[in-house]
Amino acid sequence: MIRLLFTIIAGVLLGGVVHLVSVLALPRIATQDAYSRLTPITKLNAVTVLQPAEPSNTLMPYLDPAFATAVCRYDLSGGPIKLTVPVSQAYTSVSFYTRSEVAYYAINDRSAGKKVIELDLMTEAQHNELPEDEEVTSADRLIIDSPSTTGLIVLKALAPEPGLMPQAQATLAASKCNVQVDQPQPKQAEAPIPAPVPAPRGRR
Amino acid sequence: MRLLFITLLALLLASAVGLGLTWTTTTRGTELGTLTIGAWTARPRTGTADIDPYSRATITRNGELPIGTGDGVAFTANADDRKKALDGRCDVLVSGVTPPARFWTLTLYDTKGHLVANTLERYGFTSQELVRGADGGFEIRIASRSRAGNWLPTGGIERYTLMMRLYDTPVGVATRTKRDAPMPAIATVGCP
Repeated sequence: MIRLLFTIIAGVLLGGVVHLVSVLALPRIATQDAYSRLTPITKLNAVTVLQPAEPSNTLMPYLDPAFATAVCRYDLSGGPIKLTVPVSQAYTSVSFYTRSEVAYYAINDRSAGKKVIELDLMTEAQHNELPEDEEVTSADRLIIDSPSTTGLIVLKALAPEPGLMPQAQATLAASKCNVQVDQPQPKQAEAPIPAPVPAPRGRR
Repeated sequence: MRLLFITLLALLLASAVGLGLTWTTTTRGTELGTLTIGAWTARPRTGTADIDPYSRATITRNGELPIGTGDGVAFTANADDRKKALDGRCDVLVSGVTPPARFWTLTLYDTKGHLVANTLERYGFTSQELVRGADGGFEIRIASRSRAGNWLPTGGIERYTLMMRLYDTPVGVATRTKRDAPMPAIATVGCP
């Protein structure tokens, strides 16, 4: 009898350990997480505008149907990424997630303070390698350190009324998410600037 | 033989208890870091890098992307102010004031987080498209049959979840009380 009681206590205690280990391991072993769901339908280091949230679209739960959503699945092993998002009429935001969906940074159009949200995403090592004088001359550039080499950038534009959804999606389709090559000067000059973007205002 | 049996029993019990607890906590959620205002619950920390392990497990299991803190905050409600579970066959009234935010959206989901089909193709409201009273207040009627004013159809499903997302808002990790974030009231006003 005592032996059975001992077995039950040992089982429950071990169960606690199993519980803690499984909770901590879940983000690593989950196969149906957002990153895995988005992998087949998104391109690497490029912006993909997602289908609007509808009852038939069960890609991810709890998507906001009032928003146009686009995803840039990134891999920084080839170099830092330059992200350019034109700001839509109502509200635009950019959120950064690690490979295991930790939201480590998010910014909206107002905190960016310009008509275009421009960001450089790099790993900490790449940030440290950056020549110092370059950082001074390009004080306008917002540099974000990614805790993981791969991850997701989610771009969202609000359509305050259903009729404005095509416009919000067009804004996101004009955004760019490219790997910066080592000699970026000629490349960047060539890159077409999205048409509806006026010159950045002085206010920051 | 006896020892083997007892060891197996202990291990079996351990995996049942452990995985069962994990399943329950990631399905129902935990009280860790929650902010409850009236019928609404938010977990502002899930949008930051110091998200708790339980929320992380829930998010990866369900395939969600939590809303980042610099973007906004999401409040959910499964029951009305009197703790009665939200029923799609009843008339539910969401009314009152909202916390300061540049925009907000109210969306109706089924219990799995998917939108509910309806002929109107209306799944929620944004703060911009609401019909408001003269004092700026609003009333949203959630019902299966059409209603005057701001009608949000339920499709007649039994249980649903309301999600109110505030975008570009001071509400967040530091918010504690109703005074900082006055959420709208939810009341069941009639059941067939």
